[in-house]
Amino acid sequence: MKDKIELLRRALTFFAKRPMTFMEVCGTHTVAIYRSGIRSLLPPGISLVSGPGCPVCVTDQGEIDAAIKLAGKGDLIFATYGDMLRVPGTKGSLQSLRAHGADVRVVRSADEALSLALKNPAKEVVFLGVGFETTAPSTAAVVIEAMDRGVENFSVLSFHKLVPPALRLLAESEELQVDGFLLPGHVSVVLGSEPYQFLPRDFDIACAIVGFEPLDIMEGLVELARQVSESDFKVSLLYARAVRPEGNAKAQGLMKEVFDKCDSKWRGLGPIERSGLKLKSDFARFDALLKFDLKIEDVPLPQGCKCGEVLMGKITPKECPLFSKQCRPDAPIGPCMVSSEGSCAACYKYDYRVM
Amino acid sequence: MCLAIPHRIEEVLDSNRAVARTGSLRVEVRTDLVDEINVGDVVLVHAGFVIEKCEEKDGQELEELWKEVLKVASQGRNER
Ligand code: SF4
Repeated sequence: MKDKIELLRRALTFFAKRPMTFMEVCGTHTVAIYRSGIRSLLPPGISLVSGPGCPVCVTDQGEIDAAIKLAGKGDLIFATYGDMLRVPGTKGSLQSLRAHGADVRVVRSADEALSLALKNPAKEVVFLGVGFETTAPSTAAVVIEAMDRGVENFSVLSFHKLVPPALRLLAESEELQVDGFLLPGHVSVVLGSEPYQFLPRDFDIACAIVGFEPLDIMEGLVELARQVSESDFKVSLLYARAVRPEGNAKAQGLMKEVFDKCDSKWRGLGPIERSGLKLKSDFARFDALLKFDLKIEDVPLPQGCKCGEVLMGKITPKECPLFSKQCRPDAPIGPCMVSSEGSCAACYKYDYRVM
Repeated sequence: MCLAIPHRIEEVLDSNRAVARTGSLRVEVRTDLVDEINVGDVVLVHAGFVIEKCEEKDGQELEELWKEVLKVASQGRNER
């Protein structure tokens, strides 16, 4: 494998005739890149920046506060993926609420949340729906089941977000000059390659859908550099063992059946048109925002937190003045330090020594 | 949180549930997001749902998918 990596490194050097900036969009890639030390193999002209690809990290502060407010209301069961538990809101986190007696349960799937509702008919159960296109279809499937079974005590706080609109925002940004995107492997299992086609077509941005091995990532970077140096912009699918070009039509159909696209605010990126998912009016009785008359407030980020710049690839985690000082995995200030897939947490864990 | 893990289907329970195994772990998964599931199918599982069936072109390729994803998935426990 070492030989192959060396070969790829040489190929990358060959194509990287001018400085190029590539962004890995997916949090799992961020972790794999830090872990494998790929950065140290890159020729001088190539810079690699992390993007907004961790759903925990891009959940807006106002959304987190709304979740905490609802979970703290008492008299309901609040079901969440474990990743969201420690994310700090303006006041406390879901975890600290739980320590104060709120009934916050960690579930591994939306299905488990619905089971909680079936087992506790006298209690309202709210499921915190976060995640990109990989996760949203499962929320949709469960809402349909709740409808079919006539479940009354179940609702979803849908903060799902969509990847392509965020990529459009990054592509349009004048500040950020990205030459290519390493596209997320498992989001693409659902989406396929079609929804990314506007990037090479309208913006001359190189794209590659890649897997998670260091070799996959290196191969992806070589392909991006090749596209740029030959001005041959396209979406290359280098993860064909898991991703079909058309994606998963059934999963896409379920998302369309249950959700409408809505404007959504992303931490650090701000509001992005039609980048979120809300329940369609047919399913309104499962919409926790309506059921509990909840508003998402405009809340500023914690003072000094540079998560926004980190998520836009404008700075590296180490350039945040709070990194490793006030903000550490055991005392996180921003979600990028909480989530195992957050850039700051990955940087702290694997790259801290080189500071 | 977008990582999906390869599993093999061991038992089909009903139209939208199956039992799947990854390594020594047996779990119940939902199968609503894919067409027809059969015992022996290799699938990608994300948050308790099968999100794709993988074609098993040759065992080798699958093994690799397995290894790479498990490696990333276990990053919390497995230091370099
Ligand atoms: S180090 Fe902490 S405060 Fe700074 S950007 Fe990262 S998560 Fe936010």
